[in-house]
Amino acid sequence: MTYFADVGALARKDLLLELRARDTLPAMLLFVVATFVVFHFSLPAHSSQLASSGLLWVAIIFTALLGLGRAFVPEREQRVLDGLVLAPCDRSAIWLAKSIATLAFLGAAELVALPVFALFFHGLSGATVAGVVLADVGICAVGTFLGAMAVATRARDLLLPLLFLPLAIPIVVGGVGASVVGSPGRYLAFLALYDVLFGLLCWATFEYVVTE
Amino acid sequence: MIRARKVGKRFGDKRVLRGVDLDVARGAFAVVTGPNGSGKTTLLRLCAGLALPSEGELEVEVPRAAVGYLAHEPLVYRELTALENLDLYGRLYRVTERRERIGMLLERFGLWDVRHDRVVSYSRGMTQRLALCRVLLHEPELLVLDEPYTALDEAGADLLDAQLTELHGERTVLVSTHDPDRVAPLATQQLALA
Repeated sequence: MTYFADVGALARKDLLLELRARDTLPAMLLFVVATFVVFHFSLPAHSSQLASSGLLWVAIIFTALLGLGRAFVPEREQRVLDGLVLAPCDRSAIWLAKSIATLAFLGAAELVALPVFALFFHGLSGATVAGVVLADVGICAVGTFLGAMAVATRARDLLLPLLFLPLAIPIVVGGVGASVVGSPGRYLAFLALYDVLFGLLCWATFEYVVTE
Repeated sequence: MIRARKVGKRFGDKRVLRGVDLDVARGAFAVVTGPNGSGKTTLLRLCAGLALPSEGELEVEVPRAAVGYLAHEPLVYRELTALENLDLYGRLYRVTERRERIGMLLERFGLWDVRHDRVVSYSRGMTQRLALCRVLLHEPELLVLDEPYTALDEAGADLLDAQLTELHGERTVLVSTHDPDRVAPLATQQLALA
């Protein structure tokens, strides 16, 4: 239980920091809405639903990337990560708490973004929404892990997208599949499998990312 | 409590520490001196458990929970208040009677009246005082202090002197400083890095 108490304390801290600084969520919201506006005017009239469904996933991935790039900024500014790493809590709690906070920001951005998408393009099926939820979990798990790796380097702003985008390809494949096919079950299962596999991998190896 | 044999550290091709031997007994007050770039901070980070040596053997006989590490940076969140920062660390270190302990430290280091202010509004000296509160919060057995007098005014430095004197003999202290005379009355051993 102390593990989850640590995760709760750390996640609460991240939410409080965002509430104070308002750095991440407004930027994500503005970005995703602006992206849909740009896509709306750049897609030819009467273009297929398939094309716009693909664009939804592009917008989600890049919006998430924006949030992930900011995820470890408070820790980087004062090297607070050293303080957290020294604490006697399991180091994976740092990753899990940060993933939960990033998931909350991404989810909040999508609460606005998905209705905007429906307004500009077409309505969303239940499978698409389920796909988005499953994809968010994978994006935040893997992205937070890579964000912690990138924050220790000088080329952090460059490194995160370079590492994250290749690993996000299965998420895009699963998400687009769930959005466009008639029976999306296997694509949703694929996304769930991705979440479990990569979630476990990140959870088990995070300690090595934060030790010099 | 600390035993180092031929300890070295490399970052890529760059060697920042070479062949350090160190024995620090329980209750000792060890002072590490040396010019800039001699590896003082690296040695302290190794002893605190923040890094692993690239060569040699290093044994620190206390668990992570019993180490208090003061770094160059205060390791506190600028957008949180002093109270919120210490509460977070208190939870992570499972400090019993957390509120009382935090209140006592904030009062001792003269931060009680500004406990609800965000750290970003603090001066460098006040932030260093808060960092000292963070280090002492969980009553660590081993104190690893990297240039603890940095940014402290005379009153703050006197407070730290008093605190170190109080802990002298009870806790093990490893401190790096450019001003060894300041801690000379307490020092039981000295290590000069070249």
